[in-house]
Amino acid sequence: MSASPRHDFRPGSSETLTDRLVDFVGLLREHGIHAGPSETVDAASAIVALGVENRERLRSGLAACLLRRNGQRAVFDQLFDLYFLTAERPEPATVPESVETLRERLAAALAADDQAALAELASQSLTELGGYGGAGGAGQSSRPVTTASGAGWSSYQTMKALRPEELLDRVVAGMGGAGELDSAVHTIEAQRRLRSFRTAVQTQARLRSADLRGTDYIARRGVETATDRIDFLGAREQDLAEMRRLVNPLARKLATRLAARRRKAVRGQIDMRRTLRRSMATGGVPVDPVLRARKHGRPDLVVLADLSGSVTGFAEFTLQLVQALQDQFSKVRSFGFIDTCDEITGFFTPGEPPQPGLSARIIREASVSRFGSSNYGEAFRTFADTQLDILGPRTSLLILGDARTNRTDPNLAALQAMTDRAKHAHWLNPEPARSWSTGDSAASTYAEHVTMHECRNVRQLTEVISRLSCVVL
Amino acid sequence: MSRFFDSVDQVARRLTDAGYLPSLDIATAVFLAGHLGKPLLIEGPAGVGKTELAKAVAAATEAELIRLQCYEGIDEARALYEWNHAKQLLRITAADSADWNRTRDHVFTEEFLLDRPLLAAIRNPDPTVLLIDELDKADVELEGLLLEVLGDFQVSIPELGTVTAVRKPFVIVTSNANRDLSEALKRRCLYLHIDYPTAELERAIVRMKVPELDEALGEPVVRVVGALRELPLRKAPSIAETVDWAKTLVALGARNLTNGVVRSTLGVLLKYQADHRIAVERLALSEPESDRR
Repeated sequence: MSASPRHDFRPGSSETLTDRLVDFVGLLREHGIHAGPSETVDAASAIVALGVENRERLRSGLAACLLRRNGQRAVFDQLFDLYFLTAERPEPATVPESVETLRERLAAALAADDQAALAELASQSLTELGGYGGAGGAGQSSRPVTTASGAGWSSYQTMKALRPEELLDRVVAGMGGAGELDSAVHTIEAQRRLRSFRTAVQTQARLRSADLRGTDYIARRGVETATDRIDFLGAREQDLAEMRRLVNPLARKLATRLAARRRKAVRGQIDMRRTLRRSMATGGVPVDPVLRARKHGRPDLVVLADLSGSVTGFAEFTLQLVQALQDQFSKVRSFGFIDTCDEITGFFTPGEPPQPGLSARIIREASVSRFGSSNYGEAFRTFADTQLDILGPRTSLLILGDARTNRTDPNLAALQAMTDRAKHAHWLNPEPARSWSTGDSAASTYAEHVTMHECRNVRQLTEVISRLSCVVL
Repeated sequence: MSRFFDSVDQVARRLTDAGYLPSLDIATAVFLAGHLGKPLLIEGPAGVGKTELAKAVAAATEAELIRLQCYEGIDEARALYEWNHAKQLLRITAADSADWNRTRDHVFTEEFLLDRPLLAAIRNPDPTVLLIDELDKADVELEGLLLEVLGDFQVSIPELGTVTAVRKPFVIVTSNANRDLSEALKRRCLYLHIDYPTAELERAIVRMKVPELDEALGEPVVRVVGALRELPLRKAPSIAETVDWAKTLVALGARNLTNGVVRSTLGVLLKYQADHRIAVERLALSEPESDRR
């Protein structure tokens, strides 16, 4: 069963090592980590310099050579595990322990933060609970397993049987300490340990599955995407927290870029009067010309954000973005809508990041919704009827939403009236461009009248922001 | 070429001796940067020890530390070199006017060249650590300038020609990622992202930096900071803040971490009011008598 080339990977055989590295870099590229040939050469030198005996050191070294930004490490680690680590052979326990005993031991190990025990438990629980198809339990024989046989290891199945979330209280109690502070701190810590246990099980499952079905197969399918490529629309709760962390610096980045642009704009005409006055010191020779600061109004920005349920994940981020814009400019007015439109500028406190769940609060407290399903035409009509005069020749209009209008009238006329008055209008759409004309999406109709940008994940948001800050603001 | 370190273990040992406890990632990256002769680009949140690392590397290799602090608007004259105009003028006025030709030839010589950090680092015959600090604060133009310096370790001065490094400096570039650095620059560097340390490493750091801290307090201090970092804060406390907090606790003579102690010293760790509110709420720090708020 040496289908996986991993077993050929030995310190001495340099050729397989080169191949292996090149394969590895190729896969990194497939997962969005674009390491070039010069990086690969560096990585090869690093392997020579570091040796391959110490895998953790090798991991650090390759990461230094091949990665270029934060947020890539998680994907890198998963692929590194697949390519440079060997799965431990699952040893069938002589007497399989009951799930209860396993949970008992897990709680104790988590409370003590006993790394060795946790690693061993991750492996053992996977062996006993996570095998499917021909893998695991009794099927764990020398019988050859092919890709077609559908055998594998499932961390999901393991965790479902183990239900470690329910152990949380026990772990916290096991960590000792008294008082509210201790228990609050310990709860947070216990959750972190639990997460890392979950990751350990997932890693083991991937490694063993790769053993059964070939490294390539798993590397292409079983690796989680980098956070900056997770779709806003399909994001899960734990992704959201991570993505929020990515969006914050983005907002700051936007702010610095805008500040730099404004400063540059100061270069302009020479202020004769002040130049002459300063020239007194040099006997009337105007050595140091003084530039007149150009008067320029703050950019006006009006944001229209779809807050309906279908774009919840996206709405969280549009709100972050709105916050960043409001922090930066005095004249930003933000409006939220579902099937009617209302101003939401006041929901943001300057300088404080929007709290999770803000969109829910807005829906409760502002009148952005009458019937609760999105209706762009109605929303645009309300805006055009009541707020049209806030748009002017210096205003940029930013619309955030998926343009799914539940087969109601898209009301192009209202949008047209808005874009006619504004200086620029841009639309960020969290859906892939290819589905803009499917189902109840009015995106392609709108896209003919407004510049629409596909903005599905943090990466695209970054691109859009750098484009927008040049054009719009 | 001179090697800075022989092995990863040696890096770890020497940095520790210099008062910097490196993680495996850090030690390996530092070793490789020295070994491959490439600049090391370090990113990470503020206060995790990016600049400290450069200082420690300089101390560990007994090299001279040359620092270029970047800021918005920093230009070639501040980063690379400048002509000493005043001295040139003096030379011209002092010279005999008949000798203009000779004077002219002598005005643009080494004598009138003012080294700025980049040139100084390249011309230094002794081991040098060049720290380019907070590059993300500088304008994009400076990056273009750095490409030549970091790629080939040389500087072109129109009047003098190209100055090539006598001895390659160990270059550390730090960035808080406020701005994305250009791909061209990143390609010339090794990359290291320093994150918050593991609890174990942080305990060791606290023990090293604040040895006066009550032995029993080290553990809970690090654990509270770790818990704070898990909260959705605007600015999570970093190592610098942990160390400050430990010092504060020593100064206060705190024996154990009670709600009151943590609450009253929270300002050392958290710098935003909103963060305070979140911490007080999530760590159950509110005092019973202040229930009305």
